[in-house]
Amino acid sequence: MGRAKLPRKSTNIDMTAMCDVAFLLLSFFILTTKFKPAEAIAVTTPNSVAAKVAPQKDYVMVILDANGKVFLEMDDESKKEAIANALNSSRNLGLNTAAFKKSLFFGAPFGSLSSFLALPEDQRKGDKLPGIPVLDTANNELVTWMRVTKEVYMGEKEPAFLLKGDNAAKFPAFKAIIDAFKKNDILKFQMVTSPEAAPVGTDLWKMNQKGEKIEE
Amino acid sequence: MAEMDTSDSGGHKKGPGVKKGKKLSTRVDLTPMVDLGFLLITFFIFTTTMSQPTAMKLFLPKDADKPEEQNKAKESGVITLLLGKDNNVFYYEGQLASDASNFKSSTFKEIRTVLIDKKRNTPEKDLVVVIKPSVDCTYKNVVDILDEMAINVLKRYALVDISDPEAQLVKISDASATAGGASN
Repeated sequence: MGRAKLPRKSTNIDMTAMCDVAFLLLSFFILTTKFKPAEAIAVTTPNSVAAKVAPQKDYVMVILDANGKVFLEMDDESKKEAIANALNSSRNLGLNTAAFKKSLFFGAPFGSLSSFLALPEDQRKGDKLPGIPVLDTANNELVTWMRVTKEVYMGEKEPAFLLKGDNAAKFPAFKAIIDAFKKNDILKFQMVTSPEAAPVGTDLWKMNQKGEKIEE
Repeated sequence: MAEMDTSDSGGHKKGPGVKKGKKLSTRVDLTPMVDLGFLLITFFIFTTTMSQPTAMKLFLPKDADKPEEQNKAKESGVITLLLGKDNNVFYYEGQLASDASNFKSSTFKEIRTVLIDKKRNTPEKDLVVVIKPSVDCTYKNVVDILDEMAINVLKRYALVDISDPEAQLVKISDASATAGGASN
């Protein structure tokens, strides 16, 4: 007796649906991706359980790199112009205001600041720059920077003071930055970190499980 | 579906004058296109930065010049953490004994249990953690220890300058910790 013949099925699968999904995902990722701007100063931030996202605008950021060099970055161009004018009049530095305004960050002692500004943008790389001198307590130039910045923002909403430090930076430089903040009565600042989950079983973890928030 | 059915297997016959064209399938093999699609997807998945950097708040106390303005803390509730070289942490509770008998050594992994113990055994209003980083510790160490405060929900802590005898002790203990690690 002959067996019943199974109907022959094609092994061809219609790829169209899969193709559709693939390209949908592709367009999603293309549109949502934001390329990191090439950073002039390489900094690997430590991890913390802090959940608040770092502010992206209206900030004044002090960057501390692995070698303990300190840089200052800010985003508001009109404020930078005011700072350049203030520095020119108080310290007679003869800075090029337009170049100062355009520069994203500053990393040179006051004495060589104008030659720093004369450098083309692509040569201002963190590892070749001297940084702002902070370690000498008698001549901590960051104190002056912070004073000028605070004066410029006087009477307005204070910017977010950020500190972005590298894992390997040594404590004395960090201490010098804190001192510079303290001397100018900047008592609130934020440290930029990479996010990390609270370890299981700790008090913070229990609070998160219960949905409680720590008041700030 | 993307392909069109051009085969005239529908059953209806064409008129006698209509010439039969050559049957050409319009089916395109989509496999390479899907391959390419997924390749690009993986590329964008890996390069995209989903995690925004976060910020950790730190409030500095205003320096109190006069000793009577300084915050007083009960001795029994104070634990002092000293950060040394090579991720070493040292701690003592209360005042540092003159012979340094209560000066204990620890690591970043173990300090959490020490802090939890201290928190369990101390009334909340008395508990103060004093953090004293030495010159040899790194920025990461300081952030880690501040993070430890957040993890264990310790609300009262202070970042304080290290004193000379403590700095000496940390230096000596650092050296012995390194020597001990080398001999093991």
